[in-house]
Amino acid sequence: MSELPGDLEYTKDHEWLRKEEDGSVTVGITDYAQAALGDLVYVELPEVEQELEVGGDMAVVESVKAASDVYAPVSGVVLAINEELADDSEKINADPYGDGWIVRIQPGDDGVGELMTPDEYQVFLDELED
Amino acid sequence: MPFIPHTKDDVQSMLKAIGADSIDDLFDEIPADLLISELNGVPDALSEMEIVRLMHARAAKDGAPLCFIGAGAYEHHIPAVVWDIATRGEYYSAYTPYQAEASQGTLQTIYEYQTMITSLTGMYASNASLYDGASGLAEATLMAVRGNRASQSKRVLLASGVNATYQSVAESITGNQQLTFDRLPLAIENGTTDTAGLAEHDDPFVALVIQQPSFFGTLEDIDALTDWAHAKGALVIALVNPTSLAVLKAPRDWGESGADIVCGEGQPLGVPLSSGGPYFGFMACTQKLIRQMPGRIVGRTTDLDGQPGFTLTLQAREQHIRRSKATSNICTNQGLMVTAATIYLSLLGPEGLKQVALTSHSQTAKLLDKLCAIDGVEQTFSGSFFHEAVVTLDRPVAPVLDALAENNILGGLDLSLTHPDLGNSLLICATETKTDADLQLYASELSCVLGD
Repeated sequence: MSELPGDLEYTKDHEWLRKEEDGSVTVGITDYAQAALGDLVYVELPEVEQELEVGGDMAVVESVKAASDVYAPVSGVVLAINEELADDSEKINADPYGDGWIVRIQPGDDGVGELMTPDEYQVFLDELED
Repeated sequence: MPFIPHTKDDVQSMLKAIGADSIDDLFDEIPADLLISELNGVPDALSEMEIVRLMHARAAKDGAPLCFIGAGAYEHHIPAVVWDIATRGEYYSAYTPYQAEASQGTLQTIYEYQTMITSLTGMYASNASLYDGASGLAEATLMAVRGNRASQSKRVLLASGVNATYQSVAESITGNQQLTFDRLPLAIENGTTDTAGLAEHDDPFVALVIQQPSFFGTLEDIDALTDWAHAKGALVIALVNPTSLAVLKAPRDWGESGADIVCGEGQPLGVPLSSGGPYFGFMACTQKLIRQMPGRIVGRTTDLDGQPGFTLTLQAREQHIRRSKATSNICTNQGLMVTAATIYLSLLGPEGLKQVALTSHSQTAKLLDKLCAIDGVEQTFSGSFFHEAVVTLDRPVAPVLDALAENNILGGLDLSLTHPDLGNSLLICATETKTDADLQLYASELSCVLGD
């Protein structure tokens, strides 16, 4: 399991968030999640300009054996989706924190859901393994 | 192994274990007004001999009339070989045989079926079938909503000639998902969708359903309708008769970019009329929409040893993985009917199916000519038609049909109650099973009935 990037925040549903300079937020799933799912075969992305609610459905990642919902860690509006995932969903497996980004969001005023620091997420993961 | 696995004592001890007093208690969420206390017409227990006699007597009441009714289910000749093979135990008694390790034969048959459907419709992929044409349409509309989220509308437009019963079924099935259905107006002169008002049609819609041939047998301007719907940001659902696809333009070629979803009733392909069922619904779609398609899909692949094999695929759409977010609650197919259809299509081949289609059409055209030559009968619509047509009588239809029935002829479907704007109208159909002598008999009988 690779190290958790220090500049990201994490959710209990194994999503990561990166705050960009322009105020938008990039979201993906963590290394733990991609390993649990196995090779991804398909990603169902939201539409650009779609409105998201914190904790609501945002995307679906599908492997050979499972299809998992990815929830919006913040509410807001979809600014961009990673179209490359349409042809190469395995980018999420290969580089979950970089090329495997899923959605970029313009956060709304509703604020964010519960977010963890890298350390807190690591503790959370350790507890899961027990 | 006993036929009935539980004794009364077994049942009692199970009820006791879960704390229920009776089996009826387990159904207490069904409202009392929906419960039937008696099944009238179902006698108390009978011996096998008594039941056989009873069934023969009841079946005899059907008689063997000459049937000129179409309206969604068509009497075509089914070669004896079809059901000789389809009723083999391996096919007939198999129950949900989808495991790759146990059912390669069935999976291959379904794969062949899917290939034939894509060949007929011109579409990218087909599923393993649905229950029937009507529920298939419902599934197609739900699929269109999922596949066209950019539209944000849940309003489905129906061309004027979409089967009204199919609409009722679609409304029932989709009722809790807030879909609404609106029908475009009928151009009474030629019996197709009135395209004159389309330019002003502003209300958004997620999909347009075009039935071809229409319920009335008329041929819609599918290119104009398809292009119009696409220009309005809607998907196009083609609701088609599979036999007609041997001679009519494949939905993939409708308009500039083709239909998005194709569905319809598969009964004409080797399935007997059987008083309404079982039938099967077929469904096919574009590559873009394949993950929104409900139902089973069989794929071909290679196993660990590199040998070719068949297996269910794209299962992440289905209930056992996605649960409430699955594309549908349907998790099976009409395996036996689809087996029969596959055998039927294999036997006929493209040329044979074309012959069936052309002969059905020419017999209908001949029948129409003969009937319209009788005083009191007129062809209702001026437009082109395929293997079904509407005639208008100079008097109420029901008594005429009764009189024909007395002479062992089922003259057609009375449209006057459901389509009062068409007057005393009758939907007639002649398939390849009707000989020239049959057509002449109908014409003579009708002439007698109307002459009185």
